[in-house]
Amino acid sequence: MHIEIDEIAKTFGQTVALHPVSLSIPSGALVALLGPSGSGKTTLLRILGGLDYPDAGRLMFDARDATGLSVQERRAGFVFQSYALFRHMTVFDNIAYGLRARPRRERPPAAEIERRVQKLLTLIQLPDIGKRYPSQLSGGQRQRVALARALAIEPRMLLLDEPFGALDAKVRKELRTGLREIHDATGLTTVFVTHDQDEAMALADLVVVMSMGRIEQIGRPQDLRARPATPFVREFLSA
Amino acid sequence: MSDASAAPRFARREVTTETPLFRAGLILTVIAILALLLFAPLVVVFAEAFSDGFAGVVQALHEPDARAAIRLTLWVAAISVPLNAVFGVAAAWLITKFDFRGKAFLITLIDLPFSVSPVVAGLCLVLLFGANSAVGHWFVAAGFPIVFALPGIVAATLFVTFPFIARELIPVMIEQGRTEEEAALTLGAGGWRVFFTVTLPNIRWALLYGVLLCNARAMGEFGAVTVVSGRIRGETATMPIAIEMLYNEYLSTAAFTLAAVLAALALVTLAVKTALEWRFADQLAATLRH
Repeated sequence: MHIEIDEIAKTFGQTVALHPVSLSIPSGALVALLGPSGSGKTTLLRILGGLDYPDAGRLMFDARDATGLSVQERRAGFVFQSYALFRHMTVFDNIAYGLRARPRRERPPAAEIERRVQKLLTLIQLPDIGKRYPSQLSGGQRQRVALARALAIEPRMLLLDEPFGALDAKVRKELRTGLREIHDATGLTTVFVTHDQDEAMALADLVVVMSMGRIEQIGRPQDLRARPATPFVREFLSA
Repeated sequence: MSDASAAPRFARREVTTETPLFRAGLILTVIAILALLLFAPLVVVFAEAFSDGFAGVVQALHEPDARAAIRLTLWVAAISVPLNAVFGVAAAWLITKFDFRGKAFLITLIDLPFSVSPVVAGLCLVLLFGANSAVGHWFVAAGFPIVFALPGIVAATLFVTFPFIARELIPVMIEQGRTEEEAALTLGAGGWRVFFTVTLPNIRWALLYGVLLCNARAMGEFGAVTVVSGRIRGETATMPIAIEMLYNEYLSTAAFTLAAVLAALALVTLAVKTALEWRFADQLAATLRH
């Protein structure tokens, strides 16, 4: 799905989280929103997912106005920084949640839900953990379950907030590859937020560098390295 | 410590503990205080109730007034606890999941019953809804008196027990944050579905504790209820009031029998709570640990 962000702005009380920003995300791209904390990247991601509403500007999904779409109508697969797995449900029930939450006439029968959940568990390479609770999983496993849960709703786009933030270096590298593979297999337009420039450079097709609620530069990883547009980008990338 | 014997003598003890003597002293002190303040009164209540033998207890429980008091107390608890469960969950949900102006004021308001004397609360209800006030007069004329009747007793109990459930829920809900609810929303669930499948299951243990506390207080409330009930024997006297009236009339077996019943009701709630905790130990661990 093609995403067009047109002069989107957001203020929380006295603080300006986003000055009007514009960004075009081509269908099927894997995009990184890169910047230090407080740069507005998470706010932008939450606006895409419908968890926050912009004060001004327009959002277009495939050339249709999506600014007023509710969070449920967006059908965005969202992976939260802390994963936000439902702690009182098994892994199976977590992944099945989105399918069971559908209106009755669109809800797949139980056997179909079971089949789809099992398929997703295989996709994240954890076929045997359906009966476990989130508290019984490692950080890396939780992250993958969160990804499977987001994929279960057959999302139109995948949004990830610091998806590898809480993991150690080795698991982080593995999951990076995993996300790339899942992206390539599904062809979903994917946006992830990170403050780690290595991660952004290694994973993304397109990197959006943000600072203080503004977009500093948009470009392919190698172009950003070769031609940083502002002193901020040069400094941030060399850090 | 498997290699304790190899360690030097002075390093035997872990840094976070005290000497055995000190620990024993602390434990004994706690046991003594518990025995004196909690256990002894309970024993005395039951001992006094049975001082005339089993027959005395049976006779005291056969009194119509005593039965009316037990029935009334159970009714008051059965009405006010579910109502306060709904109010408490609603208030805690509002305070922890939304940002709005006047939130601090609302929290203060919830705590108000803790700081206001129950007697004062009762008096306020009498002033508001008594036969001498305009509102109260209207209710009496409509054949539905509030004060000196069940509605007044329930209202007083509701006021006094209001903070228990909300106060139990708020810290738990703050700790759990909003992200699980947000995740459910992104997965397509509507507001009510999120509440019943995510929020409520996550707070069910805190809610249970709140309900038990609220129930205990609702059955034991004396001050506010004394003022609004008018203390009509057999009609508006709840168990605590009936106990006090019987005791003042030197009917100590009857008074202590009723007190024993009240204590037994509290012990039953405690037993239910322990049984549930034991039965659902896994779930409890999964919900609290994350």
